[in-house]
Amino acid sequence: MTITEAPNVAGALETVAPGTVSSHLHPAGSFDVADHVVPQGREEVWRFTPLKRLRGLHQDAPLTGGDFKVSTHAAPGVVAHIVPASDPIRGTSGLIPRDRVSARVWAATESLYVVDIPAETSVAEVTTVQFTGLDATDAIAAHLLIRIGAFSKATVVVQFDGSATLAENVEIVVGDGASLTVVTVQDWADDAVHHSTQQARVGRDATLKHVAVTFGGDVVRHDMTADFGGPGGSLELLGLYFADAGQHIEHRLFVDHNAPKTRSNVVYKGALQGEGAHAVWIGNVLIRKVAEGIDTYEENRNLVLTDGCQADSVPNLEIETGEIEGAGHASATGRFDDNQLFYLRSRGIEEKEARRLVVHGFFNDLIRRIDVPELEGKLLATVEAELATTVLAGG
Amino acid sequence: MSTLEIIDLHVAVETEDGPKEILKGVSLTIRDGETHAIMGPNGSGKSTLAYSIAGHPKYAITSGQILLDGVDVVEMTVDERARAGLFLAMQYPVEVPGVSVANFLRTAKTAIDGEAPKLRTWIKDVNAALQQADLDPSFSQRSVNEGFSGGEKKRHEIAQLELLNPKVAVLDETDSGLDIDALKVVSAGVNRFAAAGDKSVLLITHYTRILRYIKPDFVHVFVDGRIAEDGGPELADQLEAEGYDKYVKVRA
Ligand SMILES: Nc1ncnc2c1ncn2[C@@H]1O[C@H](COP(=O)(O)OP(=O)(O)OP(=O)(O)O)[C@@H](O)[C@H]1O
Ligand SMILES: [Mg+2]
Repeated sequence: MTITEAPNVAGALETVAPGTVSSHLHPAGSFDVADHVVPQGREEVWRFTPLKRLRGLHQDAPLTGGDFKVSTHAAPGVVAHIVPASDPIRGTSGLIPRDRVSARVWAATESLYVVDIPAETSVAEVTTVQFTGLDATDAIAAHLLIRIGAFSKATVVVQFDGSATLAENVEIVVGDGASLTVVTVQDWADDAVHHSTQQARVGRDATLKHVAVTFGGDVVRHDMTADFGGPGGSLELLGLYFADAGQHIEHRLFVDHNAPKTRSNVVYKGALQGEGAHAVWIGNVLIRKVAEGIDTYEENRNLVLTDGCQADSVPNLEIETGEIEGAGHASATGRFDDNQLFYLRSRGIEEKEARRLVVHGFFNDLIRRIDVPELEGKLLATVEAELATTVLAGG
Repeated sequence: MSTLEIIDLHVAVETEDGPKEILKGVSLTIRDGETHAIMGPNGSGKSTLAYSIAGHPKYAITSGQILLDGVDVVEMTVDERARAGLFLAMQYPVEVPGVSVANFLRTAKTAIDGEAPKLRTWIKDVNAALQQADLDPSFSQRSVNEGFSGGEKKRHEIAQLELLNPKVAVLDETDSGLDIDALKVVSAGVNRFAAAGDKSVLLITHYTRILRYIKPDFVHVFVDGRIAEDGGPELADQLEAEGYDKYVKVRA
């Protein structure tokens, strides 16, 4: 890899004796806000999060803000509309709030944004939902549901920008044999706070590629759970992030292998630069007893570009059956490799350019895997713009 | 013109017990058009000399000079030295994931020439250089040195030598780990480079084998951070027959 390897987790593999009670990786959820006590910060799931900067989302801050705009471009064949919270589509991903923020959003939600792709429809064009926050003062609750019918194929890109304090629930429902790509791009202004609880259910023999791209915001905390509605499903979770000075970017993932012959592949890569930049990645994978013949691999790599940054990376594999194809993980946090810089510079390439090459190289394979051509230019340009602030500016 | 003069070079590395001197006064002049071979046992400081010429930050030059055509390069950065005409083929070429060979070569060529190479001829040149190094053109789409075999890495260094066309080439054990066919490919590349004129070559090697294909004008025996003996090609034959025992014993 691009960086000096420093495995920061000795052994993330745990084996749970069959028949033991439910794993600590999937606490039971509840729709009732009262069931979720206000977190104090010492709880396992909150210990990395700067609660003070969450603007009360985890406490009782009213979720009545409405200062934002949403513009949607639905590709032909895709239905994008707003339905009342009472619509039976809500909850079809299996989402049950696992924390207080999510339960409060559930309670506060009056309507849902729904992107619906009917069955047996192949949509080449990308559907985009652009959420622009206009003011961060009053917290906003939002619920987005993306559903794709059986044997369909589509790509949905959700982009966030502007200023907001946003708490949202996101549901992704992938029908049998369907193939869906969902990309969320967090390109927030510096003062934004974004808490997102996501639940994806992948149908029999279906494929979900889920991509999280996070550049902006003061605090961005995404907590995603994915499970399977039947055997043979496949899940690819990709993430690219750039944490700048003072930013907290947290991606929590839970892959629940609850069906046989399912696959998951997780790759999150991030760069950190500037005083107080903090990135957190939690990769929980549970292989249940029924999940025979599954294959899972998860990987998180951080490239630390300056002093004063912190990257926390915690892969966690819990295995209840030995009858699997494969299970692996990798996690590494490193700095620029002096030997790489020396090699490039010994060919006449200036130091700044050499650093640029190494960072682009670090992200390149990931950007290639995201494979949404409409986004590629923007991703490369954003990496370039991020680099311009520190790596290329000073050293 | 391309003359490399090394004058009483002392080099130290930082260790846990403080600085440790590795080069203890190396003097060597390679004139325009000459090929010099440096031979020496493991750990004698050959790579240290090569890295010091190229400017690796790990090696501190505590005294002495390195002159390229009369200009001291010691104060120059690594990339400045390369742009001034120095090239180091490394003993252990470094992997740079995600950076394609094509992008790497074009960026390096642009840096060295001060302008981007003409696209059409450049692609031809790259393919020709890869082919001459016995590397399939598909290598240009692979990440720099990543997953290359030992021999492919060495041949990739030679392809770079031909494309970047420096004044002075320092080859640090480019022959080690090569089978006989690869050794011929590498030697032919170095000979083509040297034959272009106004070039000089410093060939560092542990074995005499490569000297059957690249004829040195001078041979130096390197022991314990110093040149222990200078001679002509016949010195290599003597080393082939007798090994380094004589020099190492003298030291003991
Ligand atoms: N960082 C370091 N700390 C301590 N000793 C070092 C360090 N770097 C190099 N050395 C020592 O310097 C000496 C010279 O090393 P160098 O790599 O230059 O030898 P070499 O002649 O190229 O050997 P080889 O034939 O094995 O390539 C060795 O004894 C090596 O252990
Ligand atoms: Mg060596």
